[in-house]
Amino acid sequence: MIVAFDIIILVFLVIAAIISLSVKDLLAAAMVFGIYGFLICLLWAEMGAVDVAFTEATVGAGVSTVLIVATILNTRRKSTD
Amino acid sequence: METFFKEAVVPHFNFWIYVIIMMIGLWSVIAKNNLIKKLIGLSIFQTAILLLYVSLGVKEGATIPIIDHHAAELSLAGDAAAINPDAIANPVPHVLMLTAIVVGVATLGVALALCQVIYKDFGTLEEDEVLQKIKALHDDV
Amino acid sequence: MKAKIFASIAVAITGAVLLYAVTDFPNFGDPRSPANAGVEGGSPSASLYYIENTYRDTKVPNLVTAILADYRGYDTLFETVVIFTAGMAIFAILRVLRNENAPSAPSPDPEASNRTIDGDHHRIIVGITCRIAVPLVQIFALYVVAHGHHSPGGGFQGGVMLGASFILIALSGSLRDALARFSEASYIRLASIGILIYAGVAFLPLVFGRNFVDYGALKGLLGTDGEEMARSHGIFGVELGVAFTVMSIMFAIFANLSTRGRLKGGL
Repeated sequence: MIVAFDIIILVFLVIAAIISLSVKDLLAAAMVFGIYGFLICLLWAEMGAVDVAFTEATVGAGVSTVLIVATILNTRRKSTD
Repeated sequence: METFFKEAVVPHFNFWIYVIIMMIGLWSVIAKNNLIKKLIGLSIFQTAILLLYVSLGVKEGATIPIIDHHAAELSLAGDAAAINPDAIANPVPHVLMLTAIVVGVATLGVALALCQVIYKDFGTLEEDEVLQKIKALHDDV
Repeated sequence: MKAKIFASIAVAITGAVLLYAVTDFPNFGDPRSPANAGVEGGSPSASLYYIENTYRDTKVPNLVTAILADYRGYDTLFETVVIFTAGMAIFAILRVLRNENAPSAPSPDPEASNRTIDGDHHRIIVGITCRIAVPLVQIFALYVVAHGHHSPGGGFQGGVMLGASFILIALSGSLRDALARFSEASYIRLASIGILIYAGVAFLPLVFGRNFVDYGALKGLLGTDGEEMARSHGIFGVELGVAFTVMSIMFAIFANLSTRGRLKGGL
């Protein structure tokens, strides 16, 4: 647990969450959501939860982004908000 | 003011940020119009809750929950002090949240499949347009 | 607009209550908090028992793996079943609930679906690179499953990585290539086999007159020195089952979502 590292990642987390929810292009939103997942993974590794960090790296930053992109490409990429 | 800052804000800084992330997710689930955006918001809400749980198991200056072989053999030989519980992070929240993440992505897949069916039937993923079309269908009948 | 005002009010009230409630939490990183050490004068936290006794009970140094597959075996068994059910639900939603008389059955947005079809030769560099990477990913995933006792990893992580390696084949080449290696019949079969392996390993101790998921009873069957090593091997069997199910379901979800359930074309 390193407090400075903690604070930096948490600030980036909030920024990534806000960006991924405010972009109008859904593909960009999915990519920023992948970044969000990777930041969460870093935060978990920093808290000592290595197994959870490993799972998040494969699932949150990898598979869930791919699934969202697959759906977006099969539906519509533009969003009104 | 200073004591409030020292006793309430500094030790709970992390938890406050988690609440902020949680509220960002909740706001988007209610207010966003696009269904994919709602799902991303829901996932952000979920990660905030997972963070809250794992944070409860953090110990200041503790290491990861893997026992090193030397200490483990010593404790098997009868040395009770070989493993110091205060120096190893609490593993129970990790276990609970690990399975929750994988189940979370499987249920996200179900939600995305529902989105595709909605798009196929209504030609849009915007909530208000879907509601309008449902209303028009009911008026026809 | 109305939804946004309502959302802002709801979020403000909920957020204020939560921010106030959080100040009553134990301090972040406090080793003496109730979750870490138990209540003062009451019973100690279960986590202390796990930290002190897991190695003695199971010979597994990674506490998370041991708790996941042994102490909390029921929990993980049904989490795996939830994943399996989610995969089956996607089949049901995309295949069975197809409403052919929908008012408008639009094709995907042409701008978004500007993508190449099977057998495209323009992506040869990506294709060859991923073809080299896939076996390495799979070997590493098997290592993660098998070495989960001693390092971070285990069935869930290794399973997701194995599934991701097939997704990589589908993304870099075509879904047809991936389905030729891991067809629909085989991934449904493998997902069921994974759960059967888990439930079977958990059920075996009942035959020897012990409790469900008490792998120590497999001592005679596995020919190990003591019950501890039998538990360690039982955990490995369980992780293998989890890995099979998670791998199959992850690939099944991707294959169905990327083709709207038709398993033709794809990204």
